[in-house]
Amino acid sequence: MKIGLDIGSTTIKCVAIDRREQIIYQSYQRHYARITDSAICLLKQLQKEVPELFDAAELAISGSAGMGLAESCGISFVQEVYGTRVAAGKLLPSADVILELGGEDAKILFLSGGLEVRMNGSCAGGTGAFLDQMATLLEISLDEMDELAGQAEKEYIIASRCGVFAKSDIQPLLNQGARKDDIAASIFAAVVSQTITGLAQGRPITGKVIYLGGPLTFLPHLRASFDKSLKTTGFCPEGSLYYVALGAAYSAKDRVNLEEVIRRLEEYGKTEQYTYAEPLFADEAAYEAFCKRHQEAVAKHGSPGPDTMGAYFGVDAGSTTIKMVMMDEEERILCSSYQTNSGNPVPPVRQFLSDFYEQWPSLPILGSAVTGYGEDIVRTAFRMDYGVVETIAHYEAALRFLPEVDFIIDIGGQDIKCFMIKNKSIDHIFLNEACSSGCGSFLQTFANALGYDTEEFARLGLFGERPVALGSRCTVFMNSLVKQAQKDGASIENISAGLSISVVKNALYKVIRPSASEPLGEHIVVQGGTFLNDGVLRAFEQELKTCVVRPAIAGLMGAFGAALYAKEKRAKGGLPRSGLAQGLLTAEELKELTHQTISTNCGLCSNNCQLTINSFNDERRYIGGNRCSRPTTKRDEQQELNLYTYKRKLLEEYSRIGAGGENTKKQHPRKTKAHAKVNTMPLLTEKVIGIPMGLNMYELLPFWQTFFNELGYRILVSPPSDRALYLKGQGSIASDTICYPAKLLHGHIRYLLEQKIDAIFYPCMTYNLDEGLGDNHYNCPVVAYYPEVIAANEPGIKKSTFIYDYIGLHRPKEFVYTIHRAMKENMGKRIRLKHIKVACEKAYRELENYWRKLEEKGKMIIAGARQEGKPIIVLCGRPYHIEGEINHGIDQLITGMGAAVISEDALSPMMEKKPGTVLNQWTYHSRLYAAAHYLGTQKDMHLVQLVSFGCGVDAITTDEVRDIVEEKEKIYTQIKIDEIANLGTVRIRLRSLLETIGGKG
Amino acid sequence: MVKVRKRAEKRLDVQTVGRNRIPGVAFTKEMKDGYTILVPMMAPIHFSMLKNILHDQGYRVELLENSGQAIVEEGLKYVHNDTCYPALLIIGQMLDAIKSGKYDENKIAFLMSQTGGGCRASNYIYLLRRALKKAGYGHIPVVSFNVSGMEKSSGFRLTIPLIFKLITAIVYGDGLMAMNNQIKAYEIEKGRSARLVEHWISRLTSQFNEGEGFTIPQMQNNFREMAATFTAIPCEHKPKVKVGIVGEIYVKYASLGNNNLEEFLAEQDCEVMVPGLLDFALYTLDAKPENSRLYGGNTISALVCEAISRYFQRMQKVMIDTIALYPNFIAPPSFSHTKSLVEGVIGTGCLMGEGWLLTAEMLELVENGYGNIVCTQPFGCLPNHICGKGMIRKIREREPLANIVPIDYDPSATKVNQENRIKLMLAVARENMRHEQEANKKQNKPDVPAPSRQGTDPFGQLGRMIPRLSIVSMLN
Repeated sequence: MKIGLDIGSTTIKCVAIDRREQIIYQSYQRHYARITDSAICLLKQLQKEVPELFDAAELAISGSAGMGLAESCGISFVQEVYGTRVAAGKLLPSADVILELGGEDAKILFLSGGLEVRMNGSCAGGTGAFLDQMATLLEISLDEMDELAGQAEKEYIIASRCGVFAKSDIQPLLNQGARKDDIAASIFAAVVSQTITGLAQGRPITGKVIYLGGPLTFLPHLRASFDKSLKTTGFCPEGSLYYVALGAAYSAKDRVNLEEVIRRLEEYGKTEQYTYAEPLFADEAAYEAFCKRHQEAVAKHGSPGPDTMGAYFGVDAGSTTIKMVMMDEEERILCSSYQTNSGNPVPPVRQFLSDFYEQWPSLPILGSAVTGYGEDIVRTAFRMDYGVVETIAHYEAALRFLPEVDFIIDIGGQDIKCFMIKNKSIDHIFLNEACSSGCGSFLQTFANALGYDTEEFARLGLFGERPVALGSRCTVFMNSLVKQAQKDGASIENISAGLSISVVKNALYKVIRPSASEPLGEHIVVQGGTFLNDGVLRAFEQELKTCVVRPAIAGLMGAFGAALYAKEKRAKGGLPRSGLAQGLLTAEELKELTHQTISTNCGLCSNNCQLTINSFNDERRYIGGNRCSRPTTKRDEQQELNLYTYKRKLLEEYSRIGAGGENTKKQHPRKTKAHAKVNTMPLLTEKVIGIPMGLNMYELLPFWQTFFNELGYRILVSPPSDRALYLKGQGSIASDTICYPAKLLHGHIRYLLEQKIDAIFYPCMTYNLDEGLGDNHYNCPVVAYYPEVIAANEPGIKKSTFIYDYIGLHRPKEFVYTIHRAMKENMGKRIRLKHIKVACEKAYRELENYWRKLEEKGKMIIAGARQEGKPIIVLCGRPYHIEGEINHGIDQLITGMGAAVISEDALSPMMEKKPGTVLNQWTYHSRLYAAAHYLGTQKDMHLVQLVSFGCGVDAITTDEVRDIVEEKEKIYTQIKIDEIANLGTVRIRLRSLLETIGGKG
Repeated sequence: MVKVRKRAEKRLDVQTVGRNRIPGVAFTKEMKDGYTILVPMMAPIHFSMLKNILHDQGYRVELLENSGQAIVEEGLKYVHNDTCYPALLIIGQMLDAIKSGKYDENKIAFLMSQTGGGCRASNYIYLLRRALKKAGYGHIPVVSFNVSGMEKSSGFRLTIPLIFKLITAIVYGDGLMAMNNQIKAYEIEKGRSARLVEHWISRLTSQFNEGEGFTIPQMQNNFREMAATFTAIPCEHKPKVKVGIVGEIYVKYASLGNNNLEEFLAEQDCEVMVPGLLDFALYTLDAKPENSRLYGGNTISALVCEAISRYFQRMQKVMIDTIALYPNFIAPPSFSHTKSLVEGVIGTGCLMGEGWLLTAEMLELVENGYGNIVCTQPFGCLPNHICGKGMIRKIREREPLANIVPIDYDPSATKVNQENRIKLMLAVARENMRHEQEANKKQNKPDVPAPSRQGTDPFGQLGRMIPRLSIVSMLN
């Protein structure tokens, strides 16, 4: 008998085959992290079922969690992907491609035409664990999810690279009332897209496709989603769960005594070898002292008496939970609620309010306010008086517990908010953007994955003696760390304690990043649901080596703050901000409240936002998902004070001049006067050169347009990026962790390859132009050499003329010759140097002209904003950050909030080079430093830096820009963007920034 | 054209003097005596010799070899978490060293290399200064180790003779590493090759201290003897999977960076090949001529670079030619050959980070029979997106048997995940090896395709004439 044991990250599979390779036993079960126990259990069961064969067996172990176990117990190990290959070789000899999704691994095997096997790298996005996380978020089972996906009507765009990003996409959708069916289908589509980008890496998936592994076996609609995307019909064979185990069984050669194996496993289970941290509590007594200290911070509670004039209502509609507080005018809490919002904040509020009306029918509600992600929808649905930024609400509430508070940290379901308070106003805000690992849902997901509920899991950790040292980082990575700890024999108690510590470390070192020399503050208030977990609270105090205040209503602080805000506003006699003056819905109105959602696309501009229209009775409507106010006001918001819009418009004009291609051939730029003067130039030919509109082309388009037109070529510029364009080129992305702007380029090249054009022009450029702002003038490696990646990975590029020579615009004299050489080699010998010279001259002049226009427009915007008394936001990034698909419309979001937007290159020309603390050697980045220095001298300018996820260079620039800005006592705001940006967080950040600026005068 | 230039010039006029807002503490002449210069360990064989040479010049250099989780923790605390992993590790290692109490914090300095070029690595030194300041050790001087004149300090001077000496040591190191790697996997008595390496390091050091071992004939003699002594180590004949390691320079060589990759591969019964360090130095030297070829510019410095490069390549040639005389060794390929391999794959103007050299090394490994490759890179390493991961498809198109696995290293990447992926690569490698053996059997070729490791010494006679050849017996 041969036995194969496949121990994956979540499940354990066992297959036994006899001498004729017939399967005589198979089993599949979840192991809930008790790997050794489950393995022992399984073997014992096998012993019961087939006792006669037990003595003479060959055993091999496979699977990611089985590696350590196999090694220490001296059992042969078969790498799991290879196991699949062995099994497929025997059972499915005709297969071409195998796709296997596991708990945390995704694998692809190209069997025909050159064996290639690959598994996901360090990222577990798009795997079973990811699907589990999403199902938890939607509060449904995976089966239900599959069923729902079958009824979907449309797809939303959801990032699957990382569970964290996906969550931040889904949550707003849920909060805006999108249908779960559509979300489920979108999640599947995200998994497909992730698998294809991450694994195929440019190799086409064709031929006979086989689906293996848990998710693909159990979820037929996931398979359908793959079929749709691959344009094929894949096949999920019988026993698709057992291929790895089978492969292990086939490969098993070492004869073992299973009794002996079981004994060795038992021994192995007893050893604990991993690095560990200090225990949270030394003993019970320490815990009791700790509890006693924290019991002091309680809020006043009460019930309305005869003198009570009325109540104030506060709601905090958070990402995963909704919190409500009703208090009287003495700030005593009358009643409160803390519950998960199940994706729609409207029903819980309705329930809470009607309960209240029923209990105290005569008590008037004097004021109401709402904060959090769901602010707008709740406010519209219930006609609440005020909306308030979360930061302000939390500060209000914290003041009641610690009047001298100077630092507040709030850890909620999936966000961390910290703010420093100086002179009674919020000074610094730290929010998590790219990462939610320091948050509550992180603990929740782990607890659930290990088969516990959150509270029980947290309690277990309090007395873990040797908490696993997990360090800090992304949730997805944490899975594999936990896996390793399990492998090393860590107990549940110690894993739980370790996770609590890692939550704190994440919050501290990923989000806040304090330096050891400056304490966060002396009077710290911690709040948010996650701090109700004593383990996390204790870990926080341990890490900071200080005592903090945790109000007993830590989870309700946002709602309490909102109620306080409502009271304060009412006391000041302030009227509600918008026209919702009728006040909160009455008991009768509440009964009649109806809520309907429709989702649609906006279509009013190129962003084409996914809108969710919530309509309530009496024609109140709330539209969610929009980035600008156009769909709500039906008006093109004034984009006059937005340099990003101007840049886009200007570049679009350039792309139309002298354009070639199907529709535009009639245009003839040589008819203009300027062109008529140059008699020596060749006539504009029918030859068309394609230019991919990405990365540095966003700045150099004016140059190349002029250059090629002067030489007599037409140009065809690829259209502005959108999701569809990205998906078009997704298959050939070579590195899944490269920045989004670079990934987009594949789509642009594909587009150009589809057009009938003569050449594609995209040169390599080590150097950028020297603007004299830095010690050198490089491009970043990605901008500089991406054409090489395109040439190596884009399948169609070899058949076309692709001009990607190395050129240097920084040396105009030599450039003439290099570009001449490149053009001659690629476009034919007849190109004359003298023509090139003239074209270059003009191109440089046009680029200068373009810059001048930008500078002038920048100055106009600044003057305009000053006239209107608007704050000016300097939205810093790279030239390509102006693209809507890259910045997700953040520029319009800002103008929508009543501020003017300019870019860094509008300010940098006004500056000279300044000394810095880092090597200032990239042209684009030098501009950031220069702009930061400049705006430090301007009272009404504030900096917001856009950072692409995965940008290695920005790890350096962000710290430097922050230093420069903070030296001038300005607030530094950084927004991380990727395939998808969490506009909810962005909005909070920007609103807080604008409020703080406003507060400072 | 004119105007753009002016835009630059206009600003140059008003350039503020001074490079840094927070200038680091300079390493002065006076410090040379009392201070210990701490250098993070990278490639052990090379660095031991480099250390010894610096020692001879009067610098008290010590290599940092502390390891453990504390290093990563320190790094995470004081360095931006998205910075390259090598920077995070090196800085963490330095801070950990200060805090270990082993050194007097008023009597130490740090040495950090600065390559220049468009990679983040040129910024390590500034990150280190920032971290030191943040941690309260702003008074510790940091010395920049660079040959491009980016930063100078009066106490530490890279003079031309010193540079030549260091490069010689690197050539020796490359040779030693290549031979050691090829013997180590097959030696019958484990650890013998490693002892021989130790022996050669100390022997070369004593030569260096006497000013010997730097001339071409002396190098020839040394390499001959080296090859002879390695050849004399008894080996078993057994085909093994041959794995090459390429990648970002730090994680490629440093066991701290790559989670003891070489050790792991040895445990998996592989022969490991790591391309030499001199190639990287030559590649760096190549930047000026390459850039001036592509974009024009300072031809004189380009010519100087080329001349120096030619001299170094001559030294390399001595090493290669001598090793090549011993058929049991695969001699490292020459730089010019390596460079020629990328023709049609990637442009040699790709000069940031490891640039085209990374691609070239993969091709070189495939050519020499090391088709199974681990391509190491720190998570988010920009040049590697291009020259590593970005080129794998093209390499496979040219060399279908290339079996390359890219592995990311960062503070949170776990050993389990990395090793699992490497094991996948090895499983495919073993299958390929089996196929090859079967094919050989059919053609009645000998069972063992790998060349026998224990060869004869073509200079047997000559070898005996060299009196110091009794080392092998000394070792026993």
